[in-house]
Amino acid sequence: MSKITLKDLSHSYLYSQSKKEDWALRDVNIDWKDGGAYALLGPSGCGKTTLLNIVSGLITPTKGQILFNDDDVTLNNPVERNIAQIFQFPVIYDTMSVYDNLAFPLKNRGISKEEIDSKVLEIAEMLELKSTLYNRASGLTADGKQKISLGRGLVRSDVNVIMFDEPLTVIDPHLKWVLRSKLKELHQKINRTMIYVTHDQTEALTFADQVVVMHEGQIVQIGTPVSLFEKPKHTFVGHFIGSPGMNILPCEISSGNVFIDGNKIETSIVNTKKENYSKTEVGIRPEFIKFSNGGIPIKISKVSNTGRHKIIDSECSIGRIKILSKSNEEIPSDTAFISFDKKFTYVYGDDWIIE
Amino acid sequence: MNKTINQKAWFFVVPVFVLVAFNAVIPLMTVVNYSFQETFGNNVFMWEGTRWFKQILQSERFHAALGRQFLFTGIILVIQIPLGIAIALSMPKEGPWVSVCLVLMSMPLLIPWNVVGAMWNIFALPEIGFLGHTLNGLGFDYNFTQQIGDAWFTTILMDVWHWTSLVVLLSYAGLMSIQPAYYQAAEIDGASRWSVFRYIELPKMKKVLTIAILLRFMDSFMIYTEPFVLTGGGPGNATAFLSIDLVKMALGQFDLGPAAAMSLIYFFIVLLVCWVFYNLMMKNEEQS
Repeated sequence: MSKITLKDLSHSYLYSQSKKEDWALRDVNIDWKDGGAYALLGPSGCGKTTLLNIVSGLITPTKGQILFNDDDVTLNNPVERNIAQIFQFPVIYDTMSVYDNLAFPLKNRGISKEEIDSKVLEIAEMLELKSTLYNRASGLTADGKQKISLGRGLVRSDVNVIMFDEPLTVIDPHLKWVLRSKLKELHQKINRTMIYVTHDQTEALTFADQVVVMHEGQIVQIGTPVSLFEKPKHTFVGHFIGSPGMNILPCEISSGNVFIDGNKIETSIVNTKKENYSKTEVGIRPEFIKFSNGGIPIKISKVSNTGRHKIIDSECSIGRIKILSKSNEEIPSDTAFISFDKKFTYVYGDDWIIE
Repeated sequence: MNKTINQKAWFFVVPVFVLVAFNAVIPLMTVVNYSFQETFGNNVFMWEGTRWFKQILQSERFHAALGRQFLFTGIILVIQIPLGIAIALSMPKEGPWVSVCLVLMSMPLLIPWNVVGAMWNIFALPEIGFLGHTLNGLGFDYNFTQQIGDAWFTTILMDVWHWTSLVVLLSYAGLMSIQPAYYQAAEIDGASRWSVFRYIELPKMKKVLTIAILLRFMDSFMIYTEPFVLTGGGPGNATAFLSIDLVKMALGQFDLGPAAAMSLIYFFIVLLVCWVFYNLMMKNEEQS
């Protein structure tokens, strides 16, 4: 049980790092509170797994420090750090029974037989592995095996943090839900810090209290699922979270006002002082666009009904705009005007929010 | 399912059938033919029934050769399999040294068998060979042409030198196919080096090791050229393994009938051991 601090962490897999692209991770600073549920979210190759392996001690970072409760553990191995990690693909010890698999991390730490027995049974109960407890682990299905992997991570009660590296990739969609809610439930029960790596936003947003969004080796935003949705700090977050993602439209800023192709836009920003940005953009989620009598003229190209709402693809003079409306709402045909909800309209300079 | 019935398809099997007939069935049947008859040449045969089989199975000479053969195969398996695994484990997993190691390991496998025998013969000669001379220089009384123990030692050493690489290469391939996550998980589970070997590496190498043991069993059980060139089966009959003894009987003494019977018994022993071994492994596989 401890809080985890990552300080100015950078990592590169190469011997020399001359360019920005040589770094798999850049200037990562995070504080993880004890007992929190966190998700690391980002597309493949954004450095999530690297970050996770640095926390677990499988990789030593090129630069920076990792602190567990203010103790520097940067050079400690996974055993010294006392962490648990569950991998993307099930890792089981083929020749052992399910029971022995679950008991293995405890046996290696010289824990008494009675304690091992009670712990293993408790975990097996929780993961519904009891009926196959004395079978050979290699005979199980993929999700049964992954349950064993999960179980080995959960069986130790004294770990500082439990880390999940996309653990539900190999699991059936139906079982995914079951296991995910089980993890959530477990988190509330054992109250231990959990870090969950995924590229699936639903998974991240349902599991975590705090989501860390990563992009090209950098952390672009840390926040609650709601704040990531309502106020993306980076255009990538806007794109990546939400379905469909945020509309990003080029804009001009002049004398404190924001214009999209000559149309003045009301935004949430107070200070629109023009700084030296190489590009400025307006971000607006499809949920916060309304049809109106005046505003930006658009041409509707496609309407798809998903049941709960309609997704409208439209084009305006400077690009495509997606609009989300209720499925019972009347959609104007062909051409229309739209306006943005001022509160949720943000301006981005070089991809970062201007506040 | 409506399958078209067309017996003409059998014609596609004919080439294979002819090939197998000429390289396996017909030669084998010739041997079977000899094993039941007596001949004095000139294509004159006399029916002898199972006489040669009984004679071979009761002959002390055959028992001795068979015993030597099992001893030799047993010893080389006990040495080569663990040694091969140990070498494979200590080989680098990445970097430029991988290819260096692999090439070095393949070298002995590329040398023709009679060359291996000749090399080791010269290498081990007590007076002028590097090995023989050195051992004698160190105070050992070493002479593989005269002393039974030395002959066995040299033959086994030669076989280990020649064939351990095969076990190494197979084990290495098995090791390389293990996902890094297994090692990472073991590290996090706090597994010792021995546990990693026992519960990850060994189970993952099981399939390739089965092949390695089978291949090494068959090859060593049928070994002929190397000991023939090295010791010629001597001193006396001390290193006359089954095939050396067989050739002596068939070509040296021209006892074609008993030699044919011995060939068949020899063949059935190899077949039987392989079958039993394979079934044991497969049974094990089913359980898991």
